Formats: sequence, C-alpha cells, structure tokens
Amino acid sequence: MNPRKNQLVSLAALGFAAVIALTACGGTADGDSGASDDSGAVGGGYAELSGNLAGAGASSMANAQTAWTETFKGLVQAEGGDITVTYDPTGSGTGREQFLSGQVKFAGTDAALDEEELAASIAVCGGEQAFDLPVYISPIAVVFHLEGVDSLNLTPEVIAGIFAEDITTWNDPAIAELNPDAELPGTAIVPVHRSDDSGTTENFTEYLSDNAPEAWTHGPIETWPIDGGQSGDGTSGMISAVESGNGTIGYADASQAGNLGTASIQVGEEFVDFSAEAAATAVDVSPREEGRAENDIVMELDRTTTEAGAYPIVLISYLALCGSYEDAATGDAVKAYASFMLSEQGQTVAQENAGSAPLSEELRTEAQAAIDDITVG
Amino acid sequence: MSTADLETESPTSPATSMASSERRLGDSIFSWLSIGSGLLIFLTLAAVAVFLTTESLPAIVASREFSGTADFSLVQYALPLVFGTALASAIALVIAIPISIGIALFISHYAPRRMAATLGYLIDLLAAVPSVVYGLWGGIWLVPKLEPLYVFLNTYLGWIPLFAGEPTAPMRNLASASVVLAVMVLPIITAITREVFLQTPRLQEEAALALGATRWETIRTVVLPFGRGGVVAASMLGLGRALGETMAVLMILAPGATFSLHILEVGRHNSIAANIASKSAEASGVEMSLLIFTGLVLFVLTFLINAVARWIVARSGPKS
Repeated sequence: MNPRKNQLVSLAALGFAAVIALTACGGTADGDSGASDDSGAVGGGYAELSGNLAGAGASSMANAQTAWTETFKGLVQAEGGDITVTYDPTGSGTGREQFLSGQVKFAGTDAALDEEELAASIAVCGGEQAFDLPVYISPIAVVFHLEGVDSLNLTPEVIAGIFAEDITTWNDPAIAELNPDAELPGTAIVPVHRSDDSGTTENFTEYLSDNAPEAWTHGPIETWPIDGGQSGDGTSGMISAVESGNGTIGYADASQAGNLGTASIQVGEEFVDFSAEAAATAVDVSPREEGRAENDIVMELDRTTTEAGAYPIVLISYLALCGSYEDAATGDAVKAYASFMLSEQGQTVAQENAGSAPLSEELRTEAQAAIDDITVG
Repeated sequence: MSTADLETESPTSPATSMASSERRLGDSIFSWLSIGSGLLIFLTLAAVAVFLTTESLPAIVASREFSGTADFSLVQYALPLVFGTALASAIALVIAIPISIGIALFISHYAPRRMAATLGYLIDLLAAVPSVVYGLWGGIWLVPKLEPLYVFLNTYLGWIPLFAGEPTAPMRNLASASVVLAVMVLPIITAITREVFLQTPRLQEEAALALGATRWETIRTVVLPFGRGGVVAASMLGLGRALGETMAVLMILAPGATFSLHILEVGRHNSIAANIASKSAEASGVEMSLLIFTGLVLFVLTFLINAVARWIVARSGPKS
C-alpha cells in the first residue's frame, strides 16, 4: 500500500516540479514569506500544493491528525490547491521506522528520535538530519469509579501505592488523610492498566517513578510490570474497564475521562486538577533536552515541578521531520502542513477534536522557526 | 476421500477415455483453471509459512535459547500464550459442542419442517455476525450479566481448581472470553453436524424404529454413531475458529501471562492472536519479530490440530 502511495507522491511531485520550473523561483519566495508569518494564520502558498502527503506514527495523536488533515485539506482547497494528507496511526515505533526508510515523509512519535535514529535519518533526508518538534500535548487523567465519590485528592506516593498494589482499600488511612471530607467506603481498590504497550503508560509511570521512587519501584515502563490484574486494550478498553467495575482506578487521556471521577494530584503544596492550561504550564516550565541540535526541540519534562497550577502527568507527542526535502513539492507540502499543525488555529482544532492542550506561543514560535529552516529542492 | 475415489475410477471409466480422445477447448481451459485454483491454495499457504518463518527468524536467532544472552526467551514468551489460547478454545468447545449437537438433532429429527428451515437460517445468520460485534456485545453487555454466575461458581464450587481464585469485577476473564467464543463457533459446528445427521441412512433409522426403538433410542443407536466422524470434524473446524479468534478476545479479556487454571480470575491468560493484535501497534524490530514467531506457533498448532482431526475422522468415520 505504501510503495504505491509513494509512487503517487513522486508522480505528483514530478508534475509539480515541472510547474515550479516553469514559474521559476516565485513559488519558494512565496513559501518563505508565508512561513515567517508566525501569527498563526499560515495563509499563502496553499494554492500550489497538490498530490498526496503520507505520514504515520503514534496513535495518541490519531484523533488530532484526523482533524488536522481534514481542516488542512479544506484550507488548501479554499485557496485552489488540492492535497491529501494521510496519517496512519501505526504506532510510534513503526512510524519512526517508516519515516527512516523514506516510506512516509513525516512521523508522529511519543518518543523523540534517538541519536542512532538521527544519524540514520541523514540517508533519507537529503544529507541533513531529521529533527523533532512538539506538536501534541495531552494531560493524562487519573480516573476512578467509586460509588458516592466524584473527586479525590491524591499524592504521587498514594497513586504509586495504589498501582503497586500496596494500598488495597479505598478507606486506607493514607487516602482518608488526604480527603477528610469524602466518605470513603471499604471497597477494594482495583487498579486498571493498559494491556497494550502504550506511551500513556510510559508517561504515567515516569511521573510515578520521578515523584515517588520508593512507592513505585518499577521505573518508567511501556509494558505493565505487575503480573495479572485488570486491564483494557487501548484508551477505550481502559475506560470501559474502569466504568464497568466499582472501586476501579486507571489512567487515560484526559479527553476520554467522560463521566468518571478524576483525581487532583499534589503539586508542591496544592492539589491540581487536570486541564489543558495546567498541562501547558507543566510543559512551559520544563527545560529543553540538552545535547540536541538547535532545531531539534525535545522537552525534558519536569515531572517533579512545584510550579503553581502545573499538571505534570502529561504526554508530549513529537513530529519527526527531515532537515531537507530533495523533492520540492513534498518539501513545500510538509512545511505547509507542519506550520498548520503548529499554528494557533491548528492547536485549537486539536483541542476541540482531541482534547489536547494547545502549545504555548513561545514554543510555537520556536517550532515555526525550525520549520522555516527546512531546505527544499 | 472423494478425489481419491475419482482418481481410482477414472482410468476404467469409458466416459473419460472418450473425452480424452477428442478434447474440447472448454474442457482444457476448465481443467487448467481448477488445477490453478488448487495450486493457488498451496502457494498461499506456502507464502504464509515462508513469511512467518523468515520474519520470525530475527527473534529466534536473538532469543535466549539460541544466543544464550538475550533478555527474552521464546519458550517463556510463547508458552503461556499457547496455554491461554488452548484453554480458552477448549472451554469454548466444551460449552458449544453439546449445544450444537442438541440444536442439530432438533433441526434434523424433532422440529417441524418449516421451523427447522427457519432455525437453520437463523443459526447460519449467527455465523455472519462479525467478531468485533461479538466483542462489543460480550464486553459491554454479557460481562456484567455473567458476574452473579461467576460469584456463585466461585463461592460454592470454588474447590474445583477451574473456579478457584479471587474473581474481581469487571469480569474480563478467560471464562467470559470462552463463553463468547462458544457462541461464535456454535453456528459452524451446528451447520455441519446438522448436515451429517441428515445423511443418516433412512433404512437404518426405519429398521431401528421397526425393532421397537423410541425416537431417542434411534438417535442413540443409529444417528449418533453414524455422525460421530462428522461431529468431530465440525468441532475441529470450530476449534480452528476459536484458536484464531482475535477481536472478541482482545475486547473482552484483561490479559496476563500465567499458567493459571483459575478461569474466573482476571489478568491471568491471553490468546496468541489477541496478543499480536494488541502489541503489534507499538512493536518494531525484534519485538515485532517475536510477535510473528507466536503467529508461527499458532500456525503450526492449527496445522497439528487439523492433522489430528483428520486422523480421528478417518478412524471413526461412517463404515457404510
């Protein structure tokens, strides 16, 4: 399926290259002026986009990508262009693999490209390294289903204790102490985890092991380390398992929490409930990962932050792009689409459709600068 | 069997010798087409086998069994999955076979003709429901309904290892998965069993009745022995579907990797197919190869089971 798509892409690219050659360098100049405008509206240059652009990767941003590809297509069509962007949510690992073998032109991934992958990218990226940009931030909610209780205050230690199966009943003194007003029943706690390997699990356990290393001894992991227990496949499986039990507790993408009770978690001295703003704050106070190229924006999430109003159980998904695209049509399409995702409009579209947290303006500006530096043709 | 009969007959049959002397174009086209179709099956099967083997080689080579150093072991990874798959399928068959035989007998020997036709049609319809729908139905509707039954079994029959342990709600356990699997294999087994029962020689049945046998005695002494091979074959086909069933198991079962017999406990078992489906989304490299290896194991397992089934059918088939 993919090779055929690529043929189409390159066919379309050939046609587009011819057009570009005829109109001389007018097209590229347009693209530059459009891209340097970082106010969010990335208008301009859409009229010349055509063909297909294929991406693949993390399933976490699948909903956002669906919204992005559709909105983008509409925007391009409104200006007279015609492009179809597809995103195949094959999973982060497969997405990176396909990106590095040149099958897809961009990838979505929950984990940024590592050194080895960056080195390997030079071969498919026209001699320049690939890089990562944060594009999708999503708070992970601690959800529970306990009759008569809608909200709870929990510390990282208590959450870790619950998921490590050390705290086994809801009226455990450790929980009662944090929630003097709640009427906690003696129901057994049933922790629910993801049965598939998941970036959500990885981010959640990273939070636990950073904040409560003594209670959570398994470290940050993708595959659940404790044998047995309740679990669900994917976010929907997790939510349905938590919903259909009593005394169940799990963790899931906040947009899917629905009617379930959610826990406020302790950050510094106060308890913070999840929200898009709180998640964005947690990302903003985090430093960038050191030792990476200037355009390779990877956040070193500070999960132990004590910043007021920050919600540090956050999942960041990255966009992996090439530093240069030999094919002008593909390059222009990638730049336009990436700029759109990172624009204010793009982030709002994702928030409305996938419940993600919009990136801060500062981060968007930095990312846009990196996109502008992509060499095309 | 039937092809073998044809082959042994053909040289002596006058019709074929005549046709071969003046062969028509249509004949040869048709014969090549059918030979081609037959070969295609072999090719597909071979292609799948080759794919599974080559793609799982990296995992086999890198495994602890062969390299001695890796942190994963083929046996340790695959064996609990094989166990879970086999246990779920076995329980499904134990539930489905008696019910299927009951339905088939009802249709072939008890029901009025019009009702039998309708019922047969309904059973076939059950086979057309996609497994995702069974998964949704099982996970959302059936699981909560089964909870009281499980609690009862656990409390009063907990001394039987199968029902021991500590079931916790929601009951996303192997027993629930098996019940749904049973529903899914029911139509296959019923359809074939019914056809076999209908083949019972009329004269034998009438002879039994003439000797004074009741309807039940007729069924016991004539129909069931005659259909035994067919029932076994039908069950094996059903088993094939149960072994490979993916979506329904994936959506119902909270997986684990143990050799526990406690089918009411959650997070103890998993099936090969469901495991591949759930892990392949985020797997790459050796991990993917390991998943494909489990696919190879399932392939071989299905092959073996089919071989055993053929052997049983050949041994216990109707001797008429």
